Amino acid sequence: MNIVVCLKQVPGTTEVKINPETNTLIRQGIKNIINPFDSYALEEGVRLKEKFGGKVTAISMGPAQAVDMLKETISLGADEAVLLSDRAFAGADTWATAYTLAGAVRKMGQIDLIICGRQSTDGDTAQVGPEMAEMLGAAFTAYVCQIEEISAGQMRVKRMMDEGYEIIQSTLPAVITVTKEINIPRLPSLRGVMKSKSAKIPIWTLQDMGLDPKKVGLNGSFTRVVKIFTPQHDKKAEMIHGEPEIQVTCLLGKLREGGLA
Amino acid sequence: MAIKINPEKCTLCSICVNTCPFGALELKEDKIVVNDRCTLCGACQEACPSEAITLEETQKTAVSSEHKGVWVFAEQRDGKVKSVSLELLAKARELAAGLKTEVCAVCFGHGVQDLQQLITHGADKVFLVDSPDLSSNPEDYLTAQLSNLIQQYKPEIVLAGATALGRSFIPRVAAKVSCGLTADCTGLEIDIEKRQLLQTRPTFGGNIMATIICPSSRPQMATVRPRTFKKNAPDGGRQGQIIKLDFNKEGITAHSQLLKFVEDVSEKVKLDEADVIVAGGRGVGKTENFQLIAELAAALGAALGSSRPPVDEGWLPYSHQVGQTGKTVAPKLYIACGISGAVQHLAGMQTADTIVAINSDPSAPIFDIATYGLVGDLFKIVPLLTQQLKRE
Repeated sequence: MNIVVCLKQVPGTTEVKINPETNTLIRQGIKNIINPFDSYALEEGVRLKEKFGGKVTAISMGPAQAVDMLKETISLGADEAVLLSDRAFAGADTWATAYTLAGAVRKMGQIDLIICGRQSTDGDTAQVGPEMAEMLGAAFTAYVCQIEEISAGQMRVKRMMDEGYEIIQSTLPAVITVTKEINIPRLPSLRGVMKSKSAKIPIWTLQDMGLDPKKVGLNGSFTRVVKIFTPQHDKKAEMIHGEPEIQVTCLLGKLREGGLA
Repeated sequence: MAIKINPEKCTLCSICVNTCPFGALELKEDKIVVNDRCTLCGACQEACPSEAITLEETQKTAVSSEHKGVWVFAEQRDGKVKSVSLELLAKARELAAGLKTEVCAVCFGHGVQDLQQLITHGADKVFLVDSPDLSSNPEDYLTAQLSNLIQQYKPEIVLAGATALGRSFIPRVAAKVSCGLTADCTGLEIDIEKRQLLQTRPTFGGNIMATIICPSSRPQMATVRPRTFKKNAPDGGRQGQIIKLDFNKEGITAHSQLLKFVEDVSEKVKLDEADVIVAGGRGVGKTENFQLIAELAAALGAALGSSRPPVDEGWLPYSHQVGQTGKTVAPKLYIACGISGAVQHLAGMQTADTIVAINSDPSAPIFDIATYGLVGDLFKIVPLLTQQLKRE
């Protein structure tokens, strides 16, 4: 099987804090990490390769520094990794990102399966996977939590919807987005770490992929961010003190006043 | 296409350096330099007090004026229209009033009940595509059908619920019709003069809000989480038209098919429709302890919710998870037990009318957004609360 895993480098979000005085993000000490959902995508790709043979290629669109993340994917089992990087890609929204990733997949030739995390932890849109699938004319299934079977150009997966699970049968090539229930990602192996150190990560530019400059980066983006601000919490809790019995009686009194209990 | 900093206006105050969410600006000796982390978001331009920063952009073609109408994708499941679709119709009316245009609901399914409610909740027209092939929401068909209608009727705005289904197939439609899509909006307003939809959404795990526009592509598409907007009371006097369209599956490649659906039955009261939610977090400690939370929920006729850790630990199924990667809820009353209040959780519940927080840690962030705060041991407080409620 020829598998492509799409990854994004994101800030380690739990460390993202707001400076209350200046209302700006405190960036000091924030490390960039593999988008957590993409680690499950990578692990699933590597497991499928171990089962069915073939090759796993990790790809990411981003600035030059994302090479470090792609090297990490080699230590985690990817066979190859490619960075899609070009000044022209800056400012891409989900549509332009999907177009660029789809271009990389096309350049690779025959691909059976493309795996993405269900969403990124910085943008949270969950749009790039489905948009890319449509651009490639591939099958698409979101929120996959288990791959039940792959055979004869078909795959059967279990996926999480709002009200329960669905079992979906689809043709290959396919794009899937995966949830964290799908596996437990491995730690890098010693051999993997050695391999990643010497790994060469090719960089593909706009020209390398033969993409339309009007469809990448900010030029190719249909959306524009016009304002960024910090959400305000103007509520302040009314604290109810005392022994548990008193707290409970007092709370129920207040809820009843508001017609809530 | 780039950020331009005018050295004559720049005072090197470095406000832009601190404002940039991506760390793309640096003060180097006597000038501000832009590195390759820049995503051209424009935050620095807004922040600069000296108007030294400009975002240079090639002019796009003007917006076509033939796109008219605000559309709502009326999602159905088992022949019933989802509540989020009615919520969106209320918002669509507001937007359409500003734009002086009509509201259309688009419904795909088979034997969908009570289509009249789409009209009483705000639609002027309902486009109905009824076919047995559409009953279980096959996404390949939905994608093709909605794309075709958009190309044929040219709406100005298309709204859909950010349900699992909406988040999965609406991006495919956006890819197909080549237009901008904004996910999980919490605010929608109209710039009437430019006929632009101002779409506000949380990003960076709810830490930052971003307002997004689609300057030149039409329709402007957005998904909205359930319970973000309030639906209007049904107006029986509203007049509207139900227009039936044929479903033609010829030429549509069905890549996928649904083999089986397994409903999650652990959810007695549906979270996203509940008026009262009792939720537990890491502080609950283990699976068995959730019984206490479930008993309080039962006493209140409430739905059972959870922050992320209990789901990660396997104490509760994912369908109970409230937050950024779970459900967004907006009940009248939300009781958070042993939930510290990470931003990702707050993003999913902070619009609840009344929030009660029970936590042993007085500095837990949940108290920053709670209406009433009880610092104490949930294992004492929760059973007492259940008892007192049952006594009545």
